[in-house]
Amino acid sequence: MDTLTVAHFLAGSLVLLSFSLLYQDRLPPLINTFAAQSLVLALAIGWQAETQHAPHLLITAAIEFGFKTVLIPLVLTWIIRNLKIHRTVEIVVGVGPTILAGMALVGLAMALMMRATPGIGVLARQDLVFALSVVLLGMLMMVTRRNAVSQVIGFMSIENGLVLAATGAKGMPFVVETSVAFSVLIALIVTGIFLFRIRERFDSMDVAVIDQFRGER
Amino acid sequence: MLILAALLGPAVLFGLALLAATVSRRRWANAAVYGACALVAVAGLAVAVTALLNGSTETLTLPLGIPWIGMHFRLDALAAVFLVVVNLGGAVASLFAIGYGRHETSPERVVPFVPAFIAAMNLVVVSDDAFTFLFAWECMSVLSWALVVSHDRDPQNLRAGLIYVAMAGFGTFALMICFAVMAAGGDFTFAAMRAHGAGLPGLVLALALLGAGSKAGIFPLHAWLPLAHPAAPGHVSALMSGVMTKVAVYGFIRITFDLMGPVDWTLSLAVIAIGAVTALLGVLYALMQHDLKRLLAYHTVENIGIIFVALGMALAFRAAHLPAAAALAATAALFHVFNHSLFKSLLFFGAGAIQNATGTRDIDRLGGLIRTMPQTALAFLIGATAISALPPLNGFASEWMVFQAAFLSGSLPQWGLRLLIPTAAAILALSAALAAACFVKAFGVTFLGRARSAAATAARETDRVSRLAMAALAGGCIVAGVVPGFFTNLLGPASQMLTTARMPIANAVSPLVPVAANHNTYSGLIIALGLIGATLLVAALVHLLANRATRRSDTWDCGHPEINLLAQYSAGSFAQPIRRVYASIAFGARETVEMPAPCDLAPAKFTATLHDSAWELLYAPVGKTIGFLADRLNPFQYLTIRAYLGIVFVALVLLLTGLAIWS
Repeated sequence: MDTLTVAHFLAGSLVLLSFSLLYQDRLPPLINTFAAQSLVLALAIGWQAETQHAPHLLITAAIEFGFKTVLIPLVLTWIIRNLKIHRTVEIVVGVGPTILAGMALVGLAMALMMRATPGIGVLARQDLVFALSVVLLGMLMMVTRRNAVSQVIGFMSIENGLVLAATGAKGMPFVVETSVAFSVLIALIVTGIFLFRIRERFDSMDVAVIDQFRGER
Repeated sequence: MLILAALLGPAVLFGLALLAATVSRRRWANAAVYGACALVAVAGLAVAVTALLNGSTETLTLPLGIPWIGMHFRLDALAAVFLVVVNLGGAVASLFAIGYGRHETSPERVVPFVPAFIAAMNLVVVSDDAFTFLFAWECMSVLSWALVVSHDRDPQNLRAGLIYVAMAGFGTFALMICFAVMAAGGDFTFAAMRAHGAGLPGLVLALALLGAGSKAGIFPLHAWLPLAHPAAPGHVSALMSGVMTKVAVYGFIRITFDLMGPVDWTLSLAVIAIGAVTALLGVLYALMQHDLKRLLAYHTVENIGIIFVALGMALAFRAAHLPAAAALAATAALFHVFNHSLFKSLLFFGAGAIQNATGTRDIDRLGGLIRTMPQTALAFLIGATAISALPPLNGFASEWMVFQAAFLSGSLPQWGLRLLIPTAAAILALSAALAAACFVKAFGVTFLGRARSAAATAARETDRVSRLAMAALAGGCIVAGVVPGFFTNLLGPASQMLTTARMPIANAVSPLVPVAANHNTYSGLIIALGLIGATLLVAALVHLLANRATRRSDTWDCGHPEINLLAQYSAGSFAQPIRRVYASIAFGARETVEMPAPCDLAPAKFTATLHDSAWELLYAPVGKTIGFLADRLNPFQYLTIRAYLGIVFVALVLLLTGLAIWS
């Protein structure tokens, strides 16, 4: 296997895990899948550090592993245990159509990137396709889920896609990758506080309750 | 290094503003801040006059603002002239505010902004690149907006502030495009634009008229001005009307005379025509007003029109290579800028003093104030005489110069200008006469007759510092009218810079010579001495020939036999003939009289209606469209979080799909 094929394999696994995030209807497996996605991302970044001879990417990989694979899943698990929602089953509406929509998004990402980036190698272009797919699938997840914790995970998987794109490109300044990685940590703190506040106020994690509170539905 | 001194002033004023923000609630803050502000402005005035006398040009680049580009400043003759106007106006307004500001109910909303406002106007004048200019210009707009809405309990002030900030944004936007067009090479310093010349002169002039003109108040972009200027406190109204509109005129002169390079004569047609229309409509609007400060604000529109006519003539003469005539027109414009800043500030001070003393600006509620406020009345009378262009005051001197320039239009080669300039001069003559009528109304109804309300009866003379400020300006009006030669001499370097020529040097005693001694000349001194002599003669004759014999007759009833004081000759009565003649065409004025049926004891009713067609045709449709769109978009404020996420997601997918299909 040459170097690009390995990168390709890892990036493809990220997209696959994004699909798997789409249909997880219980929170602990959802968090585990997210941790797995982040682990694969950390591996992908580590591989990029090796092939691009860019040692600073190892730091990014370490940050990704430490925060997204270990810390954030632990914190989220702790949160859902504290909120006593780890046993609830979220009703994911229309798994079939959602997966079909996700496939359409990957097709869109492929069509777009193939046109937008002529002149670079096929595998590098497909890496960008995978990154955009992960971003779009994360957004799709945020739109289709109703539970606030699932939305937070959707948001974090968008970040995963962004970091993948940033590290895949050669010569991207180190500060971009690290700041993206750190922004996730800030987001975790904010959303953690936010989740407890929602629970305190509304006695539920379903964002539809907030809509009811605002008097629209 | 005069330019460093000229920049030190605004820096100190900005610092003073910050300091004022922390202490403005203290009792001593008002006098201390305004006193310091006046001192700094006087220092700035001294620097500006020194620069004018030296006649040198200095430039300076400071490492501020945008990194590696910096801020460019330049102090040349034109900038020095306007620095004089800004700092003189700023100094006198600060002096007036020491007294006037004591009546301020919430000084923390006014005091910190005034020094910063004066500083921003200083910066506009000395800036030498587009970024610095627009930054200072926008500071000036925003700070004056803050002062306009300082009394936000009154919904009218809020509306004035909204219209003002919208128009100011529009004007800055136009100026931004104007500079972008001129900086075709990507270099936004004025030096580069000057060397480069304007590629699309018609477009640049149109944008300069929109941008600087909307700030100055040319028709039909004046709509914000009569709303915003009266809404601010008295000394700020004076600063906005007397000084800020002049900074806008400076922007126009800087772009059209300096940065654009030689300008084709056809463009001057537009400037002259717009100026003439602005002058006439400004004074007609003013005649219809019964609010003293709004009336004064409309007169600012009129005077801006006069200045633009003079500037247009200077452009035309310069294009035709008639330097002497161009110098006369340009000097007339600059001199009128200076004069208008003097008498308009004076009149706004008077209006502010009256508002403080009586609590109203409606002249139909005033009357008889000459007995309770004699010194304010005298100062206001001098200002009114000056703005009505009556000799021997300064308004006459500069308007006379404008007419002298118009008389020279026969030597222009283009028929279009030879027809337009005399027409514009005739319109200016008409508007000067109407302005005199308007100030007969304003002064007569406010100060003469008998008080029409209890508040006007109880009025007391304003405080000593305010009177000192008014006396200083009144003195300035007299000096500039009696010895205009001093001032045209000072304006020489600026005229030299704009038109490559200057008016003949004058001295105090000899008459003012516009072009050459065999043409018309004007001696303010002789006219003033003649007027004093004639007055003394008449007084002596009356004294000598008056009959001391006792006669029996009815008591003189001062022309109003009615006991009801409101039945005196009112502002509406003064305006009625002019409303019938002119406003029925200009504003569609209609009068209706409803007589009660015979034997019905109900009072008869008289209603006069006016239509502001500029507002109805230009502003109302824009406002309606924005309101309609805002109503349609309103539901988007109340969506659920998932709906927002969905909108973002769908929009992103649609855009990406579009990109995938068409790229």
